[in-house]
Amino acid sequence: MRRALALAAVLALGTAGIAAGQDQSRAPSAPAFSPFNLLSRPVPPGQAQLERGRQLAIQGDCAACHTRDGGEAMAGGLGMNTPFGVIYTPNLTPDAQTGIGQWTPDQFYRAMHEGKDPQGRFLYPAFPYVYFTQISRADSDAILAYLKTVPAVNYTPPANRMPFPFNIRALVWGWNLLFFRVHDFQPDPSKSAEWNRGAFLVTGPGHCAQCHTPSNILGANETGKPFRGGYLDNWLAPDLTANSRTGLGGWSQGEIVEYLKTGRNPRAQAGGPMAEVVSYSTSLMSDADLNAIAAYLKSVPASPGATAASPDPGAMKRGGEIFSDACASCHLEAGKGQPRFFPPLGGDNASQQANPGSVIHFILAGGRTASTQSRPSPLTMPSFAWKLTDQQIADVATYVRNSWGNSAASVSAHDVARLRGKLKLGTSPPTANSGDRG
Amino acid sequence: MGRESKGISRRGLLTGGAAIGAAGAAAAAAPKHDGELGAPPQAIRGEVPWIEGAADAPPQAMSGKGYVWFTGAEGPLIEAIVDRLIPPDPTGPGAVEAGVPVFIDRQLAGPFGQGQHFYLGGPWPKGTPEQGYQSRFTPAQFYRAALKAIADHVFKAYGGLEFKSLQPDAKDKLLKDLEAGTVELPDGVDGKAFFTMLLQNTKEGYFSDPIYGGNRDMAAWTMIGFPGAHYDYRDWVSRHNERVPFPPVAFKGRPGWTAS
Amino acid sequence: MATTLKPVDAVIVGFGWTGAILGQQLCDAGLDVVALERGPWRDTATDWATTFAQDELRYMWRHHLFQNVTYDTLTIRNNTGQDALPMRRLGSFLLGTGVGSGGVHWNGQIWRFLPSDFQAKSHNAQRYGKKAVTDYDLTVQDWGITYEELEPHYDKFDKLCGTSGKAGNLKGQIQPGGNPFEGPRSDEYPTPPMAQTYGPTLFGQAAANMGYHPFPHPSGNLSQPYVNPLGCQIGECTYCGFCEKFGCGNYSKASPQTTVLPYLMRKPNFLLRTESEVLRIETTADKKMATGVTYVDSSGQEYFQPAGMVILSAYILHNVRLLLLSGIGGQPYDPKTGEGVVGKNYAYQTTSSVNLFFDDKLINPFIGAGSHATVIDEFNGDNFDHAGLGFIGGGYIGGMITGGRPIEMIYTPQGTPAWGLEWKKAAAKNYLRSFALSIHGACMSHRGNYLDLDPTYRDAFGRPMLRMTFDFTDNEHKMSDYLTAKAAGVAKAMNPREIKVNGRKGSWSVVPYQTTHNTGGAIMGDNPKASVVNKYLQLWDVPNVFSMGAGAYPQNAGYNPTGTLAALAYHSADAIKAQYLKAPGPLVQA
Repeated sequence: MRRALALAAVLALGTAGIAAGQDQSRAPSAPAFSPFNLLSRPVPPGQAQLERGRQLAIQGDCAACHTRDGGEAMAGGLGMNTPFGVIYTPNLTPDAQTGIGQWTPDQFYRAMHEGKDPQGRFLYPAFPYVYFTQISRADSDAILAYLKTVPAVNYTPPANRMPFPFNIRALVWGWNLLFFRVHDFQPDPSKSAEWNRGAFLVTGPGHCAQCHTPSNILGANETGKPFRGGYLDNWLAPDLTANSRTGLGGWSQGEIVEYLKTGRNPRAQAGGPMAEVVSYSTSLMSDADLNAIAAYLKSVPASPGATAASPDPGAMKRGGEIFSDACASCHLEAGKGQPRFFPPLGGDNASQQANPGSVIHFILAGGRTASTQSRPSPLTMPSFAWKLTDQQIADVATYVRNSWGNSAASVSAHDVARLRGKLKLGTSPPTANSGDRG
Repeated sequence: MGRESKGISRRGLLTGGAAIGAAGAAAAAAPKHDGELGAPPQAIRGEVPWIEGAADAPPQAMSGKGYVWFTGAEGPLIEAIVDRLIPPDPTGPGAVEAGVPVFIDRQLAGPFGQGQHFYLGGPWPKGTPEQGYQSRFTPAQFYRAALKAIADHVFKAYGGLEFKSLQPDAKDKLLKDLEAGTVELPDGVDGKAFFTMLLQNTKEGYFSDPIYGGNRDMAAWTMIGFPGAHYDYRDWVSRHNERVPFPPVAFKGRPGWTAS
Repeated sequence: MATTLKPVDAVIVGFGWTGAILGQQLCDAGLDVVALERGPWRDTATDWATTFAQDELRYMWRHHLFQNVTYDTLTIRNNTGQDALPMRRLGSFLLGTGVGSGGVHWNGQIWRFLPSDFQAKSHNAQRYGKKAVTDYDLTVQDWGITYEELEPHYDKFDKLCGTSGKAGNLKGQIQPGGNPFEGPRSDEYPTPPMAQTYGPTLFGQAAANMGYHPFPHPSGNLSQPYVNPLGCQIGECTYCGFCEKFGCGNYSKASPQTTVLPYLMRKPNFLLRTESEVLRIETTADKKMATGVTYVDSSGQEYFQPAGMVILSAYILHNVRLLLLSGIGGQPYDPKTGEGVVGKNYAYQTTSSVNLFFDDKLINPFIGAGSHATVIDEFNGDNFDHAGLGFIGGGYIGGMITGGRPIEMIYTPQGTPAWGLEWKKAAAKNYLRSFALSIHGACMSHRGNYLDLDPTYRDAFGRPMLRMTFDFTDNEHKMSDYLTAKAAGVAKAMNPREIKVNGRKGSWSVVPYQTTHNTGGAIMGDNPKASVVNKYLQLWDVPNVFSMGAGAYPQNAGYNPTGTLAALAYHSADAIKAQYLKAPGPLVQA
């Protein structure tokens, strides 16, 4: 009987499928290219300009923002949360109607250098022209030439969702007046060629400061605080200065290079939004460029250290017990981790940022290590949202931030509740396997 | 400035935008086959998919002591039976105080009770013992029929008494007869098969994670010395013949996680 | 009406160990590959995370990761005189489903078969006479391949998994501390052996005192972090005791998810389709070439996936059923005449155990891992003289602790009732002070043990279920009695308070869990009259179909099957790449 019923269901569905129209009969599709597959496709031999453009597209991490969930690489459509509203990234493929197929090198350079679209309207600074302005005309032409060789995708991103008055593009004029200066990259002749190369990559195409420098209420970099860590999209992009506790002061140049190339080193693993930066950008760069980036970052002056109040002993005790049961199987009792597999937490700079946002985010939502060519395993921390209460997450976060020599501000259950709400993790999203309720 | 939070990560699990709509619409009516129970088909290429925050986590902790599936006399009868299967004594909790009846109740109300992971299609000839479970009944249907049959049997055999009113020895005698298959229950109910299922479910409720409603306060784990969901024994592998000091821990923690 | 999809070079049917290996090998060779998996996508941190993986109820007893028999099962009987009835509940074996399949919930026991295992018929006939391989209606065959041919591929799998162990035979040199009986290895294990808890250590000491050669069980639960040749990272085992029937939460068990998929899923020429169940293999009208496969997905849509090559890499029971449903692979086997090949020589594994109970020793059985054991191999294969014993084959004996999961693994002494106060007291008293020796024995093939299509029961798609006709033969019973007695001898030498011998008695029953080591039915060999596939796992009659897995075993050896089926998969992939792609057609002339 049950068998007959099941069979009937199959037949009934078959009919329903036909009635519902053609779409029902289409097999699920997957993008032809993930960003790193697209970007690691070699250009035709002997095409130096295209190869240069490919390298710059990698350095600019274009694919991370110009690829939506489940979409073709570079076809755009990812929503960017900005202080002004949600902006959807445009389609960068050479499709003539929906992409940049009709853009001229002049138009493209104006966008990169001046932040204006082909019609002369201001682009929103979600597009990092503030940094790309340093890219030369020749490099800009190379990027466009390269983009015109990627597979064209006919796709129109959704319209931006920006409330009045931010939907008035002219307001950007004022923003630019305050925060933007059209300029070319100026090498520092007193520094080495490697350092200058690094400075160009970090402050130009790499636009690292967009996340790693604190931003003001209008989303622009705060002045005088380069690379001291920024908070955006519910993540804390850590301090990259020479501060030895919160920054990269303890990292060697080689460790920075290994991190950027493979997504992991003995001190840390790239997770959160940085995992994509590594997967789609830095891991595809040359060793020389990575060394240049590291040399430049090692020269950034240390941020001033902040002293944190001593944590509540009760929170530390509870947090320690939770850590032992729930965290130590990967991070080990002494917080020493397993290098390149599960990051150490003792001495970890990311855990000790003044703002605990990323620590809470990782515990609530989980996080995975960048997948790279040489180390493809996206080793992933599971979500604890369903398992731990807000207070328990606060306690264990406080414990991690104040054990094994670490020191950072305590975390409150309120902090956790707020982020849990933003991430909509009151209940955990199911997995495909969750359908089985046996 | 940052990425729009959509509740799923970039390049999340449901790769293929076109598929989501179609599959989502079809999911409700999809033929349930092979354990996957209507999860939509997916096409995955280029990256290992992942959804931020996703977890195939166990069900939310069972709450309340009342029954949701047992009705009328079923609850007291189950309590009286499992109290003999695992009686209380100073060694450790009995099945009743461990919450086993609540565990069984919630199991019968859920997918197990409905026969998930049982094949129940016919025909249903009597099989050999080696062919195992050959009933057409779901566990819930089986419990309902068997509890009534046991109650009726006791009523008849013991002059109108209820099982719970019998002397312990009489209770055990009946349970042993069910176990051995030597008592004939009314309505053709297979008492031996039922006893096998009930004893198994009783031990499940006694020793499973408290999130399922049994093993209250992890007392059954404490009794035998099992540390529960503790995950890491590396430091203890080579420490032979020593008592491992970890207190039992459940999925939702242990008292030390919340003590002030 | 099936929708026809874009043709591909190869379609992979079933995405567990062999599907992942073939996918990686063929994609690296530049082929456009689609894999069809009937179950869902699933992965470590979302589906068996450290936060909830240790759930005995949900995984072991509610079968959360296993095939759901509600929609598809098989029918079973002990002999042709009985009516086969549906396996209504998983028990004796726990079939996998979903991405990674059994490779997710296995124990990680990575063995190689003995060189003589591959010549089970000729070797035993030569040493013990022809009768030894035909007694009891045995239908033992040689494999058509040698250990030497497979060795490089065993080595590849070890390096993929990072197998933890100690070599006993390095290029012919016997090594102390390893298994002196194993075939020569070209290389040491990639990682050192696992540490041993008290129980296996006591076993090893007693066995050594008796003159045996105990060694650490080769393990896919790793003793230390490892990066494999694909760059994939396998972590360090925490001995949590939730391996078998569970997924590993901290990446430390070799599985398709940990060893292959991070690499393979990045390939632009690889596409995985989940929730897509293959109904049959389609062929040209003359049945000489496969044209692709027809599948249905969980939205109810039916598709035809054209393919130049079909790789059958589902579990053996499903591979055999697909061959039967598609009418390829040769004639279905008929036990009355002994003719036909598809479904022939279905075999299993012959297991038994001995429990030990101590008063003065804390075993702490919850500290365990799937391959955490000290074993002896003196009584495996033909490592001992079988003259006069009345059986062929053997098995390993191990002091093994995979965990101490309390619903399944509370041992009580002989005579303890299964419930009541006496049971409870025995459980409380013995849990920390008991464990079991495992006896893991071979299963020879037999004329009456086979697979075919059931005449009565059908699955949710209306297809006949597979029918399994199987029982242990006298050969297995005698072998098991012999091995179990040997194990009991070691157990006694360990000086426990008491032991309990759980021998292999009576007919095979589907009820208690034994092992998911089903073999045969699509067996390999050196000619099409006696086998379904050649030594490259290529169908004799349809040369663009390759049938992976333990279905190729002409009979089962005394070891866990995964290492050998993985080696056969690599061997097949090499032949496809080096020979078949250049000149598609039979790789062995019939």
